[in-house]
Amino acid sequence: MSDNDLNTNKGPIRRFLDAPADSVGKTVFVAVTLCLVASMIVSAAAVALRPLQEVNALKDKQINILQVAGIYDPNKDVVESFQAFEPRILELETGTFSDAFDVASFDDRAAADDPATSVALDEDPAGIVRQAKFVTVYLLRDDAGAIDKVILPIHGYGLWSTLYGFIALEENGNDIFALQFYDHAETPGLGAEVDNPRWKSLWNGKKLADENGNLQISVTKAVPAAGADYHIDALAGATLTTVGVHNLLNFWMGESGYAPFLANLKAGDI
Amino acid sequence: MAHKRREMLIDPLVDNNPITLQVLGICSALAVTSSLQVAFVMAIAVTLVTAFASLFISMIRSQIPGSIRIIVQMVIIASLVILVDQVLKAFAYEISKTLSVFVGLIITNCIVMGRAEAFAMKNGPIDSFIDGVGNGLGYGLILMLVGVIRELFGSGSLFGITILETVNNGGWYVPNGMLLLPPSAFFIIGLIIWAFRTWKPGQVEEREYKIQTVEAH
Repeated sequence: MSDNDLNTNKGPIRRFLDAPADSVGKTVFVAVTLCLVASMIVSAAAVALRPLQEVNALKDKQINILQVAGIYDPNKDVVESFQAFEPRILELETGTFSDAFDVASFDDRAAADDPATSVALDEDPAGIVRQAKFVTVYLLRDDAGAIDKVILPIHGYGLWSTLYGFIALEENGNDIFALQFYDHAETPGLGAEVDNPRWKSLWNGKKLADENGNLQISVTKAVPAAGADYHIDALAGATLTTVGVHNLLNFWMGESGYAPFLANLKAGDI
Repeated sequence: MAHKRREMLIDPLVDNNPITLQVLGICSALAVTSSLQVAFVMAIAVTLVTAFASLFISMIRSQIPGSIRIIVQMVIIASLVILVDQVLKAFAYEISKTLSVFVGLIITNCIVMGRAEAFAMKNGPIDSFIDGVGNGLGYGLILMLVGVIRELFGSGSLFGITILETVNNGGWYVPNGMLLLPPSAFFIIGLIIWAFRTWKPGQVEEREYKIQTVEAH
């Protein structure tokens, strides 16, 4: 057989593959095929793995809520432990619970972006630009059914990033049980020390407001005039992160934040 | 042949290391080495991506038109990186949170692209795969070396297990905070390159200039 016979014996696919790679037809073909194959593989992986990823993200958030409430047990199933909480949608302005949304499907971060459920802030000490009118809060009740702790989401800008966290308050709405951030990108070793267990333990037992109802809580280097009960020591070497935490705490515990809710809680209306 | 393949695997560890000799992939080496666990996952991710990108690119190398070859390589690398990112998010959520953007940035890691362009476009799939694994491991080796130094002296721990009890937690060790910041990796990598080149003088590049000697008149 000569070379010529070989060529004619080849099928159309073989002939196409043997064509020079630099021809226009081949270039277009390779580009289109490659994009199709690559996008199919990527989207298949994304779709197939999404349920697992969503479970992970939810679990991570739930673990943080359990930790801030002080009832996290690594040996227990997270979803089961989480049943201890009663999630509610809180309307910030009135400080009362709202049933306008379904608790299970309410997305706090999406609500803060949606003009219908959020307000743009003129005065914005926490650096969050838009604030949602509704947030998900978590209630922990004791055996008698009375509120034991409330877990409130807080967030605000530090040095590099927005810190997202939870604060757990005792049933009187004034005593801090714990504070924990679950998502931030502060400097490792300096600002990221907000995750340091030793620093986090400082929050336990501190008070938000004094007897006259004035917000006194501060995260600063020096103990303020109000006294050590209202003071958390600043993080060494992380001035801007500390200022961020101080500001976001004062914002969220103030009038534009949870103050109406905490007033209701103190009055026993919740 | 077997001997050659063994060399291809071992060569990039010291003799032709992508970081210390070729000085590629420095950016991510700075970013992910503050803790060993993260560095370890990153090393595995880069090894997998380099190996499989080289394999696939080599498999279709005769069909890749020269005019769009870089884009073709990028598409393959990017798809693999997205796969790795998705898998990490599904099965190692905690680690993917700390790696965050750096997994995505494997796409721009010069090592992956460099091996695809320099090796996989000219060699068979199996050789290319082995070459990719070798270079990924070479990258990983330096990452782990830097990670050990930075985590041990920066946070007093290895793989998150406390070795030197830090003052913050009631111990005696005052951690060196600078080691947790990216610039410290520059110093460490620089020292490692110096050590490698003292050990193997063949790696020292020739000067691009020549110092003239003044002749006596």
